[in-house]
Amino acid sequence: MDKYNLFEKVLLYSGILIFMTFILLPFVEMFYASLRPLEHLFRSPYQFFSDDLSFWAYGEMWNTVPMLGRYIFNSFFLATCVTVITILFVIPAAYSYARFKFPGKNSTLYLLLAINMFSGAVLLIPLYKLLRTLGLLNSYQAMIVPGVAFLIPTSIWLLKSYFEKIPIDLEEAAFVDGASRMQILRHIITPLSTPGLVVVSLYIFIGAYAQQFLFAITFNSKKEYMPIPAGLYEFIGYQTVKWNEMMAASLVGIAPVLIIFIFLQKYLVEGLTAGAVKN
Amino acid sequence: MNNRLKSFNSPTFLAYALIAPAAIYILAIVAWPLIETVRLSFTNSSLAGEEYIGLENYEKMLGSKKFNKIVIRTFVWMFFSVSLKLIVGLIGAVLLNAKLPGRGMFRVLIMPPWVVPIAIGMLGWLWLYNGYFGIIAGVGMKTGILDGPFGFLAYKQSAFISTIIADVWVGTPMVTIFFLAAMQGVPKDLYEAAYCDGASRWHRFFKITLPQITPVIITMALLSAIWTFNSFEIIWILTEGGPRGATTTLIIDTYKMALGNYKFGKGAARAVVVMILLTVFAAFYMAILLKINKKVSSG
Repeated sequence: MDKYNLFEKVLLYSGILIFMTFILLPFVEMFYASLRPLEHLFRSPYQFFSDDLSFWAYGEMWNTVPMLGRYIFNSFFLATCVTVITILFVIPAAYSYARFKFPGKNSTLYLLLAINMFSGAVLLIPLYKLLRTLGLLNSYQAMIVPGVAFLIPTSIWLLKSYFEKIPIDLEEAAFVDGASRMQILRHIITPLSTPGLVVVSLYIFIGAYAQQFLFAITFNSKKEYMPIPAGLYEFIGYQTVKWNEMMAASLVGIAPVLIIFIFLQKYLVEGLTAGAVKN
Repeated sequence: MNNRLKSFNSPTFLAYALIAPAAIYILAIVAWPLIETVRLSFTNSSLAGEEYIGLENYEKMLGSKKFNKIVIRTFVWMFFSVSLKLIVGLIGAVLLNAKLPGRGMFRVLIMPPWVVPIAIGMLGWLWLYNGYFGIIAGVGMKTGILDGPFGFLAYKQSAFISTIIADVWVGTPMVTIFFLAAMQGVPKDLYEAAYCDGASRWHRFFKITLPQITPVIITMALLSAIWTFNSFEIIWILTEGGPRGATTTLIIDTYKMALGNYKFGKGAARAVVVMILLTVFAAFYMAILLKINKKVSSG
């Protein structure tokens, strides 16, 4: 095949540069703003250079947003609860779809995909009324219960494809030796698919962490239960926003999912595209 | 095969039992609310209570000019957002598919907008769009494109465009990754044969790559349409549907009616319109998915 000549290389890299600028500029600018003193940010027209960059805002933000620590904890706590509950629902269901033939298998699998399309916003009204009747508004549960439902479908698809890769001979051998189905699921399938389970769990965690905002602003008005996106959003409404601290706090809120992603990007991207393109 | 192994392969009851917890959960939290939304749309439900009022919500809604405008606006917003995502995603995929040093790194670096919570990403965009101190207004003023501070989210047209750009930013990584995966799935021998025949790079792209990845382009167009149609947080955080309703899409309107004003009945009628439109998209998507699968399985 032909190699790129110099002109083509320059053209391609320029294209990549423009593309990457569009994608990464918000993050770069958020980070840069977080390092600059507030009076440098509030200069118009925009000044590109600040001489005294510092991590000052990362210390001061805890005073400006007094409950920031609580918000971060809430975000982690909510996402962890959602992940654990979702995975408990998903393991048996995914195993069933991966191993058994039964009437309605394919149609329900596609129905699961369809459910994904009715994202939260359409269903908020009955859910709001239901949570209000149950007295669950303004609680952690109000954000966990709907969160789980919207992560189950994709997770079943993802985990199913991991289970399918485990050779069936092992299970058959164990079964002939007298192991029950549940024993097989617990002692053979689950340990063997640990890498898959970890990837799917982290996928759920990222999803759970990302979807908190809508449920939080709709079902919860108590500050002590707010996850970080909702907590910070409240501060943006103030008269003078301390943008350097706000951007610092936002980056701290983003950090956990970015770290998870950096370690797992290969598996996550492969898993998602395999599920959607080839299936 | 012994008898025990036979029963191993047809345990229908167990199959259903294992799915039951997930199925019941989804029925309760997704399926029931869908039906309940339809029922509520025929009532004047509010915090005070509810009464059956027939089609009144629908008559009022469909008769109002404001609502018709919102529907049209939603489709215009969606059209631009989805088209831009596909175009930018396709260009991005072509660029990152080129065999150049560093492409592995670039592929990882395009993912953050998709990974981070949309709500937090939008806090960053709020700062970028700041009319006095944001970098976009700043560059605009330095280059003379803008002759003074300009609040991108403060004017009807610029707010409309700004929310679309932010939506494209969120959606592009996913589209790019899927296009890249599809491009890598194109059989290499097709390119080698074309290269031997002296086909140019452009020719190979338009005659081989593009037709080969068309199913994925169509799939992504529909998926993006669904995601864009559902898009709530981006507009909500940037403009809350303003200024003066300029970025109020169906989802935003539904949300404001139902959970801003607590008019559940009227909100539910809007949610039903959303559901019907989503069902149409979903039906198209499923039909295409099944068609592609059939092609794949029949070779």
